[in-house]
Amino acid sequence: MIETWIELILNMIIAFFLLSGTFFILSSSIGIVRFPDVYTRLHAATKASTLGIAGLLIGAFLFMYVSHGIASGKLLLAIIFTLLTAPVSGHMISRAAHRNGVKPILKNRTDEYEASIQKYVQKQK
Amino acid sequence: MNNLLAVTETILLFTTIISLIGISISLLLLLYRIITGPTNADRAVALDSIGMNLMGVAALMAILVVTTKFNDVILLIGILLFIGTIAVAKYLEKGVIIDRNMD
Repeated sequence: MIETWIELILNMIIAFFLLSGTFFILSSSIGIVRFPDVYTRLHAATKASTLGIAGLLIGAFLFMYVSHGIASGKLLLAIIFTLLTAPVSGHMISRAAHRNGVKPILKNRTDEYEASIQKYVQKQK
Repeated sequence: MNNLLAVTETILLFTTIISLIGISISLLLLLYRIITGPTNADRAVALDSIGMNLMGVAALMAILVVTTKFNDVILLIGILLFIGTIAVAKYLEKGVIIDRNMD
């Protein structure tokens, strides 16, 4: 009796995790389509997508643990790996875009990274 | 009581299918950004995000066909995605991927 209630509530928790993960992935994709710039698109691509993947993988882990009693450590390892590597790849792409000559859309602000590079070059000479 | 449990399992199945449809719409939007990206960096961002969505598709398929064989696939997609993104960024930056003189 009590096991049935626990399994029922866990099924609803799995459904909540899957739906929230799908919502964050879809909002990340809409952000990539609608933002005006590379550097603003990277915000949507790294933060919201990472949260959505974490939700989906937690849902899969709970499903495997509830329905089969298999605690798969690879899913948790994939969550940790995604959380570690998504900011690094975003930083690499943004630096490559800036060195490649992509200008950011700035409103009433200066490009501080370009100013810092110019100061470093002046110090080297 | 068992009737209620069967109802929640049906709800879980429909949730998985709805999530697959949502990720498919997300993949279509990213494909639009890849085709009409103004620069190559936009395409790199969209490609990175497509790899993330593929990890989610693998997790949802592992729930749909009840198996644990997809977990290796999820971890492998994550690792290859990181290496591929780093390689694309290095290629956009200098034009070479492996450079001998580290500056």
